[in-house]
Amino acid sequence: MILKSHANIVDADGFYADLLAAHRGLSEAESHALNARLVLVLANHIGDAGVLAQALTLAREGS
Amino acid sequence: MSYAYQPFDYVAPLGLSSPEARHKVIIVGAGPIGLAMAVELANHGVHATVLDDNNVVSVGSRAICWSKRSLEILDRLGIAERCVTKGVTWKVGRTFHRDREVFCFDLLPEDGHKMPAFVNLQQYFVEEFLVQRAQELGVDLRWKNRVTAIEQHSDFATLTVETPDGSYQLEADWVIACDGARSPIREMMRLEFEGELFEERFLIADIEMQSDFASERWFWFEPNFHGGQSALLHKQPDNIYRIDLQLGWDTDPEVEKRPENVIPRIEKVVGHSDFKLDWVSIYTFQCRRLRSFVHNRILFVGDSAHIVSPFGARGGNGGLGDVDALGWRLAAVVNGAAEAAILQGYDRERCFGADENLLNSSRSTRFMSPESGVERLFRDAVLHLAAHADFARPMVNSGRLSRPCVYPLQAPDAALPTAARPGAVAPDAPLDGGWMTEALGRDFMVLALGCDAPHTNLLTLKPKLNDTLRRRYLGDQPQAVYLIRPDQVVAARWLSATSRDIEEALAQSWSGLV
Repeated sequence: MILKSHANIVDADGFYADLLAAHRGLSEAESHALNARLVLVLANHIGDAGVLAQALTLAREGS
Repeated sequence: MSYAYQPFDYVAPLGLSSPEARHKVIIVGAGPIGLAMAVELANHGVHATVLDDNNVVSVGSRAICWSKRSLEILDRLGIAERCVTKGVTWKVGRTFHRDREVFCFDLLPEDGHKMPAFVNLQQYFVEEFLVQRAQELGVDLRWKNRVTAIEQHSDFATLTVETPDGSYQLEADWVIACDGARSPIREMMRLEFEGELFEERFLIADIEMQSDFASERWFWFEPNFHGGQSALLHKQPDNIYRIDLQLGWDTDPEVEKRPENVIPRIEKVVGHSDFKLDWVSIYTFQCRRLRSFVHNRILFVGDSAHIVSPFGARGGNGGLGDVDALGWRLAAVVNGAAEAAILQGYDRERCFGADENLLNSSRSTRFMSPESGVERLFRDAVLHLAAHADFARPMVNSGRLSRPCVYPLQAPDAALPTAARPGAVAPDAPLDGGWMTEALGRDFMVLALGCDAPHTNLLTLKPKLNDTLRRRYLGDQPQAVYLIRPDQVVAARWLSATSRDIEEALAQSWSGLV
């Protein structure tokens, strides 16, 4: 399977706002921990090892 | 070329020497929204009196981006042609991160609309055109008439007005406060203006220069010429360019406004010093609104009712949306065709519209001016990813530009194109010898497509079908009947309708309850 890199979230602005809202009031360490849990939850949802490998590569490139 | 301000004549009002009869409608504020309100009401047969504390049009370009919907409204008011002719038409926006383009949007990728996606035109021109139109229609415009007190009674309001010749009193059945973001009427009534202040300052400068810059909106995150901050460039007519520069919260606005500090910043943006500074201002970001826009006999319209941070062109355009929603309703109340309860429909719909504008503006503001920590982390992650992955590009938020909202109407609906659903503005389309937006408005109308309109006492429109009309109004269906409000909003629609269906939907619209 190929990693989707086209826009796939219908309301991207709404998701982005929800993401920031989830972090509101957290310390930096707590935010790091939330991000880590979120990555693990989403990675499990994806499941496919090939897609996850491509996602890791894209994220490392995008700096 | 700088704008040549022509002061309007102050004339001593009648009320100074003898009491005036109670007015039907008094509009406070002759900005673009107050003037548009007066012309809209005149179109509906109601002659309002407009009071303004000044005697010139807007000092500085201020609102410059007029949306397609606003142009359609201004077309009904009789000035859109002048605005489009004078203004700079654009539809493409480009967003850069440092020196790399990361996102590009095209606001009107399809043909078949009378009006373009956006026209940039300085607020003073729009006001000048509206003043002329209001004068043609015989609107009573009173310059240098400043409201100093307001008192509300059960079915009218009393205004105390100061003029160069002293003060006098006026009574009106209805007062419309179009007196801007710092609304003195709102202050006098001690109404709470609820919302958020963002700790951010932007410098806004109009410069005059010769340039062949494209008619596009350009926005930069962290450009090399303005270290770490954001910048926006917009073209206006007469070789005037609008430049917005993010300054941060720790700057002194009075110091930053001085030409010796502004000019070096602009030189870095345009790469030379061959320009003239036309106007400079500094603003903070605020997102606030009144809880209700209707306070018995005093109605709030435009910035007096709601303010948003810029970069979405949602201030002036949001105000014209208010004018559109209030005009036909208030005219019907004044003319005795509807109960005052219908104004609750204005309140509900425009609070909904304001909330949509506030939501979009505050999201854009957060993206442009993230708090340090995780907000900044995600913002920068999106900007960096945008260079590598398509999905991140539409997440780059340099402002989501004003579009008319779709009101949540409880109304008859059918399996027809969603763009023309109840609550939406009826989409424009070419008709034989004109446009849909020219044919609709002023009054409720029945639009019959591919069939005859059932008998009612309403105006009906039965245009010859073409591909665009079919695509925007019929989809796969052979026929449909639409009921369209005076503000060109779809009130209800059916695949086929009886006279009774239409009369029931009409009664619903007049009740102010849907």
